[in-house]
Amino acid sequence: MKLLLKVALFGFTSGAGLASILAATAEIPAEERRSGYEFLSRDTKAIQDDETANPGMLAVLDGEVLWKRTEGAAGKSCAGCHGDARASMKAVAARYPAVDHALGRPIDIEQRINRCRTEQQQAPPLLFESGELLALTAYVAHQSKGQPIAIADDPKTRPFIDVGREIFERRQGQLNLSCAQCHDDNWGQHLGGAPIPQAHPTGYPLYRLEWQSLGSLRRRLRNCLIGMRAETYPNEAPEIVDLELYLAWRARGLAVETPAVRP
Amino acid sequence: MTRALINVPATAKRGDIIEIKTLISHPMESGYRVGTNGVPIPRDIITLFSCVYNGEEIFRAELSPAIAANPFLAFFAIARDSGTLAFHWSGDNGFAVTETAAITVE
Repeated sequence: MKLLLKVALFGFTSGAGLASILAATAEIPAEERRSGYEFLSRDTKAIQDDETANPGMLAVLDGEVLWKRTEGAAGKSCAGCHGDARASMKAVAARYPAVDHALGRPIDIEQRINRCRTEQQQAPPLLFESGELLALTAYVAHQSKGQPIAIADDPKTRPFIDVGREIFERRQGQLNLSCAQCHDDNWGQHLGGAPIPQAHPTGYPLYRLEWQSLGSLRRRLRNCLIGMRAETYPNEAPEIVDLELYLAWRARGLAVETPAVRP
Repeated sequence: MTRALINVPATAKRGDIIEIKTLISHPMESGYRVGTNGVPIPRDIITLFSCVYNGEEIFRAELSPAIAANPFLAFFAIARDSGTLAFHWSGDNGFAVTETAAITVE
């Protein structure tokens, strides 16, 4: 606990200092927007770039098998409806989370896959962070690799982006920090030796070396919230998807990297 | 599902030094961790990796509990003859995987 406090105080007193914390800057302009990839060491970049060295590709291969596997009482596979994912899923991840018209609110790819499972395949939903859901999500999102993130900015989506932004800018937790204080105001500086990235969700699900596994954006957000000593959201909480939606909108124009590799 | 990714150049000139890269999915559970229920998680690691080029072993590695999940091994060899490279991983709980890759040497 003492260590965490020290880290926080270090952040406040070093670098840009107190002034920049108090005078909150606005959203990062498009020309300064940088993927977390830009903050990686040369070695970590090399792992991500080589598809035979990137451990996230192991999950993508698993996902390809799951895509073709028949599931549920309806006896359908993903491929049965959607065909070849390389064509049908191209650029889909670049526009997710997206508003589901039946639900009237945004859902992310994991929830989209589970809705397909329960409604079309009549199969039980997969657990969040399960190997199968991560693999399928990685396979679907990988089909959008290189595509610019393009979240719909229409009257149906806008209110949820605004809610996500409110969460991003709200101070929370025992350290009384907001996401924006690190990722809008102090990106590029260091926290405990690690560079602070701009928090663009360009490569999820991604392989984190610290996790030694693939993980979702939910898991990453949970990590950040625990670090701030704030309350985490349950997996099905609407707030977590609103926050994911705001982050994706904030990263608009950056290319999808799934599966990314991060320290 | 255990998966392995092998990166061997499909063709090489005789005498060329080629880089061989292998990646395999494995949790590499060290045996030193304790689960959320307080019970120690038993060790589950790959203990041995070897590469056989046309029947001759050219590379071998002993893996230990300190090696991270999904071990990535890269090494070099001299391309002598066309043929097959066979990769073997073996470890705890009867883990055994073999993959092969073909190489044409001109």
